[in-house]
Amino acid sequence: MAIANSGLINLGNPQTLPPDWPGGFWWHWVLFTIVIIAVVIVMVMAFIYMARRQIGRMQSRVGPNRTGPFGLIQPIADVLKVLLKEGIEPANVDKPVYWLAPIVALVPVFVIFAVVPFTDGGMLADLNIGILYVVAISSISTVGIFMAGWGSSNKFSLISAMRVVAAVVSYEIPVVLSIAGVLLLVGSLSMNDIVLAQQDTPFILLQPLGFIIFFIAGLAEISRSPFDLLEADSEIVAGFHTEYSGIKFALFYLVEYGEAFLLSCLITTLYLGGWRGPALPEWLWFIVKAVLVWFVMVWLWATLPRVRIDQLMALAWKFLLPLALINLLITALQVLALPEGSLWIMIPINFALTAVLILVWSKLFKLGWGRVEV
Amino acid sequence: MAIKTEPFVLNLGPVHPSTHGVYRMRVTLDGEVVVDIEPVVGYLHRGIEKLAEERTYTGVIPLTDRLDYISSMSNNLAYVLAVEKLAGIKVPERAEYLRVIMAELQRICNHLIAVGSFFNDCGAYFTPFLHMYREREKIIDLFEMVCGQRLTYNYMRIGGVSQDIPEEFLPALEKLLEQIHRSVDEFDLFLKENEILLARSRGVGILTKEKAINCSITGPVLRASGVGWDLRKADPYSVYDRFEFDIPTGSAGDCYDRYRVRIEEMRQSLRIIEQAVKQLPSGPVKAEVPHLVRPPAGDAYAHIESPKGELAVYLVSDNSIAPYRCHIRPTSLLNLSALRDMVIGWKIADLIIIFGSIDICLGEVDR
Amino acid sequence: MKFERYGLGIGKGLTVTLKHLFRHPTVSQYPEQRLHTSRRIRGNELVWDRQKCTGCATCAKTCPQGAIEIITSTDLVENKYVVEKYQVDFGYCIQCGLCVEVCPYGALFMGYAYERAQYRRSELVENKEDMMLESGKKQPSGYFYPEIAAKLPRQTLLVEKITEEAPWE
Repeated sequence: MAIANSGLINLGNPQTLPPDWPGGFWWHWVLFTIVIIAVVIVMVMAFIYMARRQIGRMQSRVGPNRTGPFGLIQPIADVLKVLLKEGIEPANVDKPVYWLAPIVALVPVFVIFAVVPFTDGGMLADLNIGILYVVAISSISTVGIFMAGWGSSNKFSLISAMRVVAAVVSYEIPVVLSIAGVLLLVGSLSMNDIVLAQQDTPFILLQPLGFIIFFIAGLAEISRSPFDLLEADSEIVAGFHTEYSGIKFALFYLVEYGEAFLLSCLITTLYLGGWRGPALPEWLWFIVKAVLVWFVMVWLWATLPRVRIDQLMALAWKFLLPLALINLLITALQVLALPEGSLWIMIPINFALTAVLILVWSKLFKLGWGRVEV
Repeated sequence: MAIKTEPFVLNLGPVHPSTHGVYRMRVTLDGEVVVDIEPVVGYLHRGIEKLAEERTYTGVIPLTDRLDYISSMSNNLAYVLAVEKLAGIKVPERAEYLRVIMAELQRICNHLIAVGSFFNDCGAYFTPFLHMYREREKIIDLFEMVCGQRLTYNYMRIGGVSQDIPEEFLPALEKLLEQIHRSVDEFDLFLKENEILLARSRGVGILTKEKAINCSITGPVLRASGVGWDLRKADPYSVYDRFEFDIPTGSAGDCYDRYRVRIEEMRQSLRIIEQAVKQLPSGPVKAEVPHLVRPPAGDAYAHIESPKGELAVYLVSDNSIAPYRCHIRPTSLLNLSALRDMVIGWKIADLIIIFGSIDICLGEVDR
Repeated sequence: MKFERYGLGIGKGLTVTLKHLFRHPTVSQYPEQRLHTSRRIRGNELVWDRQKCTGCATCAKTCPQGAIEIITSTDLVENKYVVEKYQVDFGYCIQCGLCVEVCPYGALFMGYAYERAQYRRSELVENKEDMMLESGKKQPSGYFYPEIAAKLPRQTLLVEKITEEAPWE
C-alpha cells in the first residue's frame, strides 16, 4: 500500500492493519462494529442532551432537569417515548417507498463511521481511499430523504424534499473542493494519515478559508440552522418527516443528529488535529474536540434566523464555490513554492488572504432574487 | 423541450405552527412562488357583538377583554370611551393618567410579542421570542399587582378605572423602566444588523403609501409605509395632548421597517410613561356612576390607537341597561385586506414572514 | 443579501447569546418553589360571608355569565332573610370580579387560591357550605378589600428578583 509523499510533510511509517490483534481480522471487525454502533448512539444521546441544556441557558431558561439528576436520563426517556408511540400511517402513501425511506437515510450515516479514526489506527478499516469513501457514501442519505418526502403523499413534505435535493447537491461541490485543499497538504486520502500529518500545526491554521467553507457547506448539507429550511418547522410543518411517527421518526431523528456527530468528527479529523493532544488519552481528545464543534453548531442554531431557498442556492454557487476554487489554487501554489518544513509561512499569508477575499467577495455579489412577476 | 408545470394548491390550514391563531389560507403555488392566496376566516367567531346586546354596559367589559386578547387594556379603553362619550360622563384626572400608563405599558407588551413572534417566523429558534417574553413577564407582574389577573384585566370601568394602584406599584415601575431600556438596547444589539435578517426582510412585502391608505390600513403597518398618522397626535383622546413624544415612521414599507417601527414605538412609550408618572395627580379614580348605566338614546363612535392600529367601537343605545348594538372595528381584519397584494410573487417563506409582520390577533379578526 | 458589515451583525448576535449562557435563568421550579401571587389576585374561587349576606341577589344580577344561583326565602331568622341556596358554577365563572365589586354589604370576596382544577365538570359547582368564610379554610384575596390585602404576603416581582448580568458585568 504505497502512499504518495508530497515531500512537504514526513509521514513516518505507513499504517496497515494492526498486526497484534488476537484472532486477526474478523475479531477486529466485530469489535469495531459494536464499538461504532455503541459510540454513535451514546454520543448522539449526549449531543441531544447537551444541545437542550445549552439552548436552554442561552434562552435564559434551564433545559431538562427533572428526569434523573440534572436531567441526564432525558435522552433515554425520549427514546423510550418515541419507540412506544403509535406509528400512524396515512392511507394513500406509496408503501415500499414510505417504509424503506428511514432505512435508506440511516444506514449510510453508520457506514461512514467505519473510516473515522478515534485513536491512532483505531477505526474499523483504514482504507487508503478514506475521504473519498466518506464523500461518496454521504450522498446516499439524500435519496432516503427524498423518498420520505415523496412517499408521504403530503404537499408540505414534497416541497421539503425538493428543497433537500437542490440544496444537498449544490453544497457537495464546495465540500469536496475544500477537502481537496486539505488533501494537497497531506498527499494521501487515508483519514488516519490526515491526522498524522497535523503534527506541527492543525490544518485550521493553514487553511482558514477552507475551514470556513467546509463548516458552512457542512451545516447546509445536514440542514442545521441557519440552513434548516429543509425541515423548517415554522413554515412547512415538519418537512419530510411530517407523516412519520414512532420508530420511523426515531430513525430520522437519529439521522439528523448522527449526521451532526459525523460532521463534528470530520471537522475534528480534517482541521482540528483529530486525536492529537498532550496529556489525555487520544480518544478523549477526539470526543472533546467533537463536543467543541457541536457547541459552536448549537450556538449558531440558537442565535440565527434561517435563510430562504434561493438565498441558500446563491450562497453555494456564487459565494462558496468561487472561494473554494481560489482556496484550492492558492494552496496548490503554496505547496509547490514553499520548501519542506517551512509551513508556518503559510499561516499569516492564508489569514490575510482569507480576510481580503471575504471582504472583496461580500461587496461584489447579490444573493437571491426579489419578487417574481406573476 | 420545455417541462410542463402546473400550479398546485396548498392549504396552510387553521392549525399551523406559524399562523398566529386559527387562520386558514389556501395558497396557489407555482413551485415555491406564491401565485394567489385565498384567506378563510371565522374559525374563532364567538359572537361577541351579539353577546354584548345581552349584558349590561359594565358586563360587556369582560367581553371586550377577549377580543384582542394580547392587549386587553386597549380594548377596554376603546369601549369605555364610547360609553362615556354617549352618556357624557367626565373622568377624573388621576383616572385619565392611570389609563394612559396602562395603555402604554400594554403597547410595549404587545410589541414585544409581535416582534418576538416575527423572529420566530424568521427561524431564530425561539431565542428572541423567549428574551422578549421575559421582559413581558415583568410588565404583566405589574398588571397583576393592580388588577389581579395576567391576561384578561377587566380594569377600566365606565367613569374611570376600577381600583387605585397599590403603593408598591410606582417603585416597581421605576425599576421596570430602566430594565426595559437596557433590554431594548440589547435586542437591538442582537438583531438589528443581523445580515440574515436583513436579507430575509429588507425589500420584502412592500406596501406602498397609496395602497396602504386606500386599503384602510392603520397602525405600525401604515407608519412603516411612510404615512405619519397616529391617532394620539391626530385626534387626541384622553390626556395624550399633554405628553411629548415622536411618531416613528419608516420609508420603504417592507417587513424590516415594520419591525423597526415597533421597536421605536416601544421607546416612545417608555418616554410617555415617564412623563405620566411625573405628572400623576391625586384624587378619585372613578366618577360617581351607577352600576346599571343608562345612557340616553343615540349613538357614539370612539376610536383609539391600539397597538395594532385603529380600534374603534360604535355603540347604539336605546336608553336601556344593555347596549342596543355594539360594533367593533376589527383592526386586524382590515389590516389583512392588503395581504394578497403584498404576498403575490414572493415565496412561501416570505409569505410567512409578511403575515407575521402585519401582526394580527385572531380574536379581533373573528370576534 | 449583501454582507455589508462582513458578518459583524451576526457576530454581535452571537456575543449576546453567549452572555446569556452565564446569566441566571429566569425559571422557578413550580411545585417546589412557588411564587407569591398578587395580593389582589382574582383566584378561582369565591368566599362568602354568611353573616353579612342579606340575600339581595345583586351579585347574581351583575354576573355577566349567569354563574351565580341564589334563592332567598322570606323567613326571618334573627331579623335577617335566610339564604336557602347559594350556588356558583365555576365552569361558567370567568373570574371577572364584578360580583365582588357590586355587593353592597361586603359579603363576597374573591378567593386567593388558583390551583383548583377538578376532574369532572360537576365537581366545579360549589354550594354555600363550601364557600363560607367562617369555615376558616378559605383565604379571601385583597381584590377590592385593602384591609385583607395588607395581611397577605408581598407579591414576587420579576423586576426585583432575577439579575441579568453575567458575573463580570
